[in-house]
Order: sequence, then structure tokens, then C-alpha cells
Amino acid sequence: MYLPDFEYFTPNSVEEACRLLSQYGSKAVAIAGGTDILVKMKKEVMAPEVLVSIGHLSELKKIEYVPGKGVVIGAGVTHNEVMNSKILHEKYLSVSEAAHQMANNQVRNLGTIGGNICNAVPSADMPPILIALDTTVKIVGAKGERTMPLENVFKGPNQTVLENDELITEFVIPDGNFTGSTYIKFGLRASGALAVVGVAASVQMEGDIVKDARIVLGAVSPVPVRAKEAENFLRGKKAGEELFAEAGVIASGECRPISDIRGSAEYRRDMVRVFTRRALLKAVNEGHV
Amino acid sequence: MAEFIVDKDGIKRYLVTITVNGIKYTKMVKANSLLVNFLREDLDLTGTKKACEQGDCGACTVLLDGKPVNSCMVLTISVDGREVTTVEGLASNGKLDILQEKFIEHSAPQCGYCAPGILMSAKALLMRNPNPTELEVREAIAGNLCRCTGYVHYVQAILDAAAANQERKDG
Repeated sequence: MYLPDFEYFTPNSVEEACRLLSQYGSKAVAIAGGTDILVKMKKEVMAPEVLVSIGHLSELKKIEYVPGKGVVIGAGVTHNEVMNSKILHEKYLSVSEAAHQMANNQVRNLGTIGGNICNAVPSADMPPILIALDTTVKIVGAKGERTMPLENVFKGPNQTVLENDELITEFVIPDGNFTGSTYIKFGLRASGALAVVGVAASVQMEGDIVKDARIVLGAVSPVPVRAKEAENFLRGKKAGEELFAEAGVIASGECRPISDIRGSAEYRRDMVRVFTRRALLKAVNEGHV
Repeated sequence: MAEFIVDKDGIKRYLVTITVNGIKYTKMVKANSLLVNFLREDLDLTGTKKACEQGDCGACTVLLDGKPVNSCMVLTISVDGREVTTVEGLASNGKLDILQEKFIEHSAPQCGYCAPGILMSAKALLMRNPNPTELEVREAIAGNLCRCTGYVHYVQAILDAAAANQERKDG
């Protein structure tokens, strides 16, 4: 397979990239790892006339811990870099483990975490765990920058709130009070499979009381969605398998799955029930895993 | 950004310098050149295979700065100034890499189409982790599909190559 012709730019900074994106408008797309965009171009799902490369920009490549702020992950960091980050192993192993579950080794060496978000596929593996940890994103455009919760970035399948000249530049997982978090995924194979269902949970425990919890469901709605009724139900209650089983039942009522080649809507809904219970148990008993 | 010329049809061609298997190549490429096609068509390195061409099968796996990637999903221009290792770069001075020797010994490849990709994934694994477990081997080649389904022999061959490496070091 060969690609159609396009113009290619290698800007030296995010600022220059945004200027180019603004200049070429809807004809231009930013490309980082390329694992989504090049496949779409080969399949003629999209035909940008201009590609603006951002994968090489060192300002997007950091993973650092800033006391008082949290863990900052540059959007250009690859999934394998997230998976192998010592800082994340220490602070949020659950995020590294989620990256580990994405695609396969070759794809993880190219695909970036920013790309996984901007591509906005409902089954993406990074959004649920990041949303469960209250992650915020920094968005930079030709006209300035803004910050918002990752949760609010998604509009629908393959749709985000980003304007054409805007890039996600970094993710901040705030220093929070969560005592545990995890993402568990069911795919049809152990590797290289999209999620049929993915559930992330984070909990803030005080003794054996659930002070706060987040439950985020992937692959069962047009966008990653929080099971807020189940979260409310959990607050202030004593942790236990029965409580989490009940939370699972509530969460399964909050998703809007479709039937497709990977699984039926009924199956997905029931898997949300099971995985919500398991994810909560894991986050409570094992910490950030 | 790489220097370019505009040909008579108005198409830009970029000057890129890429080190492949230790040799520096300076070539003109179009922006839409994919690394797999550059290797096969511009450098005649046809050991790297093409199959799915969308990042699922791993037949086109090469090492980019030491890390395995699918060369069907890499733009040649983005590799300017970087290092690529293909299956042709494994043997040195007419001597096969230990992985290649063990692949032959175990009759690991059947039709052989996936073998170059699996060799590169295995090479990357052993460079990073000289003494992998079976699970680590399986995970390292999980991005390489073998439709003869001969995975067992591949796994054994890779474990055997790791053991042989260790023996050489110890001996």
C-alpha cells in the first residue's frame, strides 16, 4: 500500500506546529506516532493535504513529578515509555499497566499517549484510567492555551473538542487522595486486541470506608463514561465484595453499549457489572495496580 | 527539516540520511515514502516483508534506534538522521546471528514469511533482556503473526538462543 502525496512539515516547536495547523486549516493534520493516521490514510478514511509532524518535539516527551502539581506526562510520550516509566511505577503503576495492555510492542513503540486520546476511539485503553485519576489536559492552539478535565475532551467516536489548530501538549495526574486505582480490560486475545469492555476504578479509602470513588467505562458508550450513580452509591459505605457487586449492577445500567463483531450489547453490559466489581476490589486491596 | 528539491511536476523530494545496518545512505525521498518501501525498493533490502500493512501482523518489523517498530507505519522522512536495523543486519562477517542459527536448528519457520519480523522482535528482546522467561518471549513476539501457527518452535528457538548467549558469556 502506498500513500497519496501530501505536504510535510517538521516544526521546531509546539508554537510553530500550531501556526502551521492554523495556516492550513482543515487541510492539515498533526501526526505523532502515525499508527492511527497512516492507517486511515491508507484506507482512504482521511486524505489530509498537509501533515505537521509533532512526534519529534522534545517538549512533548517528558514524564516528571512536580510536587504539589502531580505527575506530568507529555503528549508525545509513547505507550512503551509510559509502560516503562519509573516515576509512574512509583506513583501510578495502574497507568503503566493500562499502556501495557494497548496493542502490541511494535505499536507501543510508535503510538503516543496524546494520539490515543485525540483519535478518540471508544475502546481506547488510556482514557478510562486517566479519567479515573482526575487527569487534566493542557491544550495549546494558535490563539492560546486552555486546560480542562480529560473527561470533557471527548465528543463522540473520533471526535474531540480540539479545534483544528490545537494540540494536547500534556496530561497532569494531580496529586490526589486516591489510595488505589486499576484498569482491567477484556479483549478477544491477550495481545493486539481492542477492548470489548474496559473498566477503570479509583478509590479513596479511610480505613475500610470508601470516602470517594471513580468508575470509568470504556468501549461501552460513544465516549469513555463515568458511572456516576455507582460512584455516589459507594461514597461513605463500608468496602466489601457485596457492596462492589451492587455497584457493578448500578454501573451496568449506566452504559450504552452497541453490538458489533467483538461482542453483543447484552454481553458488554453484563461484563461491565463483573468488571466494575473486580476493578473496585483490586483498587481497594492492591493500591495503584 | 530535511532539505528538498521540487521536481518538474511540482513534487517535493527530501534529502534524508539514514543509517541502515551500519551503512549511511543519503537518498531523495517523497514525503509519502514509507520506511518499508524505502528499504525494499530504494535499498533493495527485501528481507523485510509486507503483509497487512496496517500495523497488525509484524512482518515488516525493523529496529528503529534499537526498538522494534512496524516499518509500514513509519514515514521515511521521519527517520532522517536515525538508525535502522533490518534482518539483513543480523548476520555479521558471514556469520549468522545466534537467533538465526537457533531458528534453523529448531526448524522454527515453516513458510518463513513472518520469520524476518520475528527475528527482529526477538533481537530487540535479547538486547534489552538477555535472559527472558517464556512469558516474556511470548509477549515480545505477540505483535508478530505466524499463520502457519508455528509459535512453539519460535519460542523454544529464542529461549535456546538466550541460553546459548549466556553459556558463551559464562564460558
